[in-house]
Amino acid sequence: MGRYVLRRLLQLIPVFIGTTFIIYALVWAIPQDPFAGKCGQRPCPESYIAAMSEKFNFDDPLPLQYLKYMGNVVTGDFGDTFSGISVGEQIATAYPTTVKLAIIALLIEALIGITAGVLTGLRKQGFLDNLVLVSTLFLISLPVFVTGFVLRLYLGPQGLDLFDVGVDSTDPTFAQLILPGFVLGSTSMAYVARLTRSSIAENRHADYVRTAIAKGQPTRRVVGVHLLRNSLIPVITFLGTDLGSLMGGAIVTEGVFNINGIGGLIFRGIQEKEGITVTGVVTMLVLVYLLMSLVVDLLYAVLDPRIRYE
Amino acid sequence: MSIYGTEPKANLLPANTTEAGGSKAVEALYTRLVGFKAEDGSTYNLAAESITTSDAKVYTIKLKQGWKFHDGTDVKAKNFVDAWNYGAYAPNAQQGSPFFAQIQGYDDVSPATEGAAPTAEKMSGLEVVGDYEFKVTLKGPFSVFTSQIGYLPFSPLPDAFFADPKAFEAKPIGNGPMKFVSRTPNALIKLERFADYQGEDKVHFKTLDIKIYSSQETAYQDLVGGKLDFMEALPPSAKIGDKHKSDLGDRVLNANLLGISTIGVPYYVPGFDNLDLRKAIALAINRDQITKTVLANSYAPVDGWVPPGIDGYEPNVCGDFCKYDKEKAKEYFTKSGFTGKLTIQSNADGGRKEPLEAACNSIKDALGVDCEFVGATNFGAFRQIVDGQQLTGMSRSDWSADYPSIENFLNPMYKTGGSSNDTTYSNPAVDALLAKADGTADKNEAIKVYQEAHRLMAKDLPSIPVWTEKGIGGYSKNLSAAKLTFKRDGELAAFRVKG
Amino acid sequence: MSDPGASGAGLEKAAASAVGDLSHVDDSSQRQGKPRSLWSDAWGELRRKPTFIISLVIIFIVVVMAAFPSLFTSVDPRAANLDNYLKTPSADAWFGYDVQGYDVYARAVYGARASLLVGLFSTLLTVLIGSVVGIFAGYAKSWVDSLLSRFGDIFAGVPFVLGAIVILTTFNSPTENPSAVRIITQVVLSIAVLSWPVSMRIMRSATLVAKQQDYVKAARGLGASPLRIVFRHLLPNTVAPVLVYATIALGAFIGAEATLAFLGIGLRPPVVSWGVMISESRDYFQAAPHMLLFPAGFVTITVLAFVILGDAVRDALDPKSR
Repeated sequence: MGRYVLRRLLQLIPVFIGTTFIIYALVWAIPQDPFAGKCGQRPCPESYIAAMSEKFNFDDPLPLQYLKYMGNVVTGDFGDTFSGISVGEQIATAYPTTVKLAIIALLIEALIGITAGVLTGLRKQGFLDNLVLVSTLFLISLPVFVTGFVLRLYLGPQGLDLFDVGVDSTDPTFAQLILPGFVLGSTSMAYVARLTRSSIAENRHADYVRTAIAKGQPTRRVVGVHLLRNSLIPVITFLGTDLGSLMGGAIVTEGVFNINGIGGLIFRGIQEKEGITVTGVVTMLVLVYLLMSLVVDLLYAVLDPRIRYE
Repeated sequence: MSIYGTEPKANLLPANTTEAGGSKAVEALYTRLVGFKAEDGSTYNLAAESITTSDAKVYTIKLKQGWKFHDGTDVKAKNFVDAWNYGAYAPNAQQGSPFFAQIQGYDDVSPATEGAAPTAEKMSGLEVVGDYEFKVTLKGPFSVFTSQIGYLPFSPLPDAFFADPKAFEAKPIGNGPMKFVSRTPNALIKLERFADYQGEDKVHFKTLDIKIYSSQETAYQDLVGGKLDFMEALPPSAKIGDKHKSDLGDRVLNANLLGISTIGVPYYVPGFDNLDLRKAIALAINRDQITKTVLANSYAPVDGWVPPGIDGYEPNVCGDFCKYDKEKAKEYFTKSGFTGKLTIQSNADGGRKEPLEAACNSIKDALGVDCEFVGATNFGAFRQIVDGQQLTGMSRSDWSADYPSIENFLNPMYKTGGSSNDTTYSNPAVDALLAKADGTADKNEAIKVYQEAHRLMAKDLPSIPVWTEKGIGGYSKNLSAAKLTFKRDGELAAFRVKG
Repeated sequence: MSDPGASGAGLEKAAASAVGDLSHVDDSSQRQGKPRSLWSDAWGELRRKPTFIISLVIIFIVVVMAAFPSLFTSVDPRAANLDNYLKTPSADAWFGYDVQGYDVYARAVYGARASLLVGLFSTLLTVLIGSVVGIFAGYAKSWVDSLLSRFGDIFAGVPFVLGAIVILTTFNSPTENPSAVRIITQVVLSIAVLSWPVSMRIMRSATLVAKQQDYVKAARGLGASPLRIVFRHLLPNTVAPVLVYATIALGAFIGAEATLAFLGIGLRPPVVSWGVMISESRDYFQAAPHMLLFPAGFVTITVLAFVILGDAVRDALDPKSR
């Protein structure tokens, strides 16, 4: 196990470098002038351009720029934006919101998805089963921003007024994030339901379940302890991977609900050509994503004793 | 009290603030020599006791005594002179540097040629005469200077700034009605009332939160819900069908703005240096219908290149050519002999696309020529095309003036080589009139000459005037009064909190 | 990978895991010694499935709409009349009019082409790149496999929406007037570049399974060239999972097109697509929901049709579900 983890960690390094370099190159080596439009209706003063080019090493060849940048990142310095705001500080304000939203989305998709999956998996082919199958397909097909806009329109203050759709820009409350969390988690929720359903249906006829029933254990215990525990292994690993993606920020959902998270930070960064913000955030996200997928693989081994990593 | 804000794009130094996001805070933190009246932009003295000149070239400025910075030090003449020199000096890379270009010696501290090193650190045109008096010498007569010094880069900076600029950036110290408390990036800038403030634009509330929003939409919901107290502009969705009027009732604010929208017809595009084509296009745009529908009544048609509300505005300078007339448009178009496709380029975001696409459709309908809106993804991308003179058709050419003067609507856009003359318009007769006006010391006389230039330029249709934005803002039920200025911001001194 | 559903990335991932089982499918049928029966069995089952028929009909209609829009409407989608500004649906215009006074129905019909083209070409490209790299990685020596897999990880590590935004913003050289073809190509390429690792993994694992089959070993033992082994023996046995993935991905990419357009970086005028229409409705959907709901409905129904189709084909190909 230890050797496996070590090998995986070593494998992460080239992937990390490759991904961040691609993003870095795309953001900075653009044939676009980073100063166009920066100074309003007039071109930027020559002196300003010179000072900023110096600050961001624009005059160095790209690989050298990248090396200098990564050198700073390794020491924990993500640099400052054109306006002199520390990128580290930007991340620190935006990230808690994103994490909060991700956790809420995860809870919603796990709760609703697993419940629907268990109910339909135990009773296949009924009305409920068909309902869940059709509605999950529908959810999967619906682009997130459509779900977001429609729910915001019809459940927000202008529709049924069930939710307050304003989200505070710092430290939003749990209640404010329920609707966005639902929207963000909706697709995965549908998938969790389908995954649970097929997993339960498959394991229902497994030998160990039959044995448990034959031993005369109450159905509750059979389902709750034996069936559920084994059937949920793939579901839990799916949720783990999903958390990794959700932590990457939700550009669209954050945009629809105007949540001040990491997704919005990146989006604005790209639009306003704050390359330093973009590369900083992406570097961190790629790291989070890679580590999460490693954790998920390990989790899988822990949960399912049949799997052994050499 | 809280007001709507966007994330500043530069640090909060006055000379480095050239956009709306940072201006909000900087406006409240610093006070300049003169202020502008909210209604018409006429100036009144703030930190200045008197500003005198005999030839519009050398100005003697006396300061009021007893004014203080937020750290308790006195506001003296050298604070102005040092701050202006700092702003202009090229190596300091302040975005507002070109604003000082009229002052003598500017070229020595910020050479126009690329890569040239400045030969001086200070502008020779600035001279401290006493603790509370200084003299400004300009390159030539420039009557608008007394308005220009009301603009942000002309703010004073305390000695503390020069002692430790880095610490100052983190916690700016100004001389304005509000002082800095704290800032959270992308979220909040907190200010509080400065008790020792001497100006007549004192504020009547204790604290000011500039809440940063990434969308006007959310901000508007907060405004209606009472979580935000003031917005100087409303999102498009609130204006459709006059929704804001039913949401806000009598809490809607209106003001004339210093902006004008025109459609640029660049002279460097082949076939466009054609007066008949310009006339045809100008006649083919149904300004009334577009402003009433697509623009949801938040804009009004214009009839010249200077918007109403500016001192020196004259009605109907554009004449019949800015009135929709399908037949005449077609006539001129046939006469022009233009063949090919017309395009209007602009950034597509921020609601820029819809009215121009409608204008294009109107042109297409009237002239029977294909017209297409070509969108760039954002303002930066669009400016890059314009700055590089790479337009291949017409373009959005909106101007929002830096200070309320007819001069600022003509010089930058229509003078040969003007800083924003994106269409490369050049008419020596117009240039001569503008130069003459710049050098006229008497303000009213100068305006007359500017008007003459405006009328002369109109004959060339250097760009097609279309509409001007009406300032529409609003305040929450927590306030009993608020005021919107011509600069599209809140006149903080006029705000009153309920109870 | 931000916004799993919006981007298609999540949907693709779902599709990828859904087809995971299928790599074993051929395995079992091979063992039973009737290699052909899998497909005919599947076809037999599919024909009786109402969801399969319905989804095929929907896809057929959308394809006809894309090919011959004038069959569905006689209105020019670019005919603007501001007198009809934001008019709600009526007998004259079933879906109402938009901000410019365009007929929403006519635009939705004409928008089918661009949306479908993006979906189709992105899928083709994704599957093509992914399959070639995947089959090669699965068949080649282990260090080549490692190298290719890590290379795929690099692209998979970039969150989809984020990657697409960066790529499209970067290559949207603002100094030109891109033609419709170029705009569509850009979107297709950026989707494919970010999605191929998924189909590569599917192909790779299917190849790994098939490689162990006795007949492949036998063919190798008989001295068959690697090329022949790949085309004659491996490819036919790895097609099923890729096919299922492709069907679902096609739907996902149509959704992704809409998402990118919504963000203002995907397709854009002069191209008319469902995504473009949706992004145009952004400021107006509160006052005129019909501007959003109709194109969004078209996207959803089309994506749904492809997802159902893929779902049905997978069920039919998976003996366990019978």
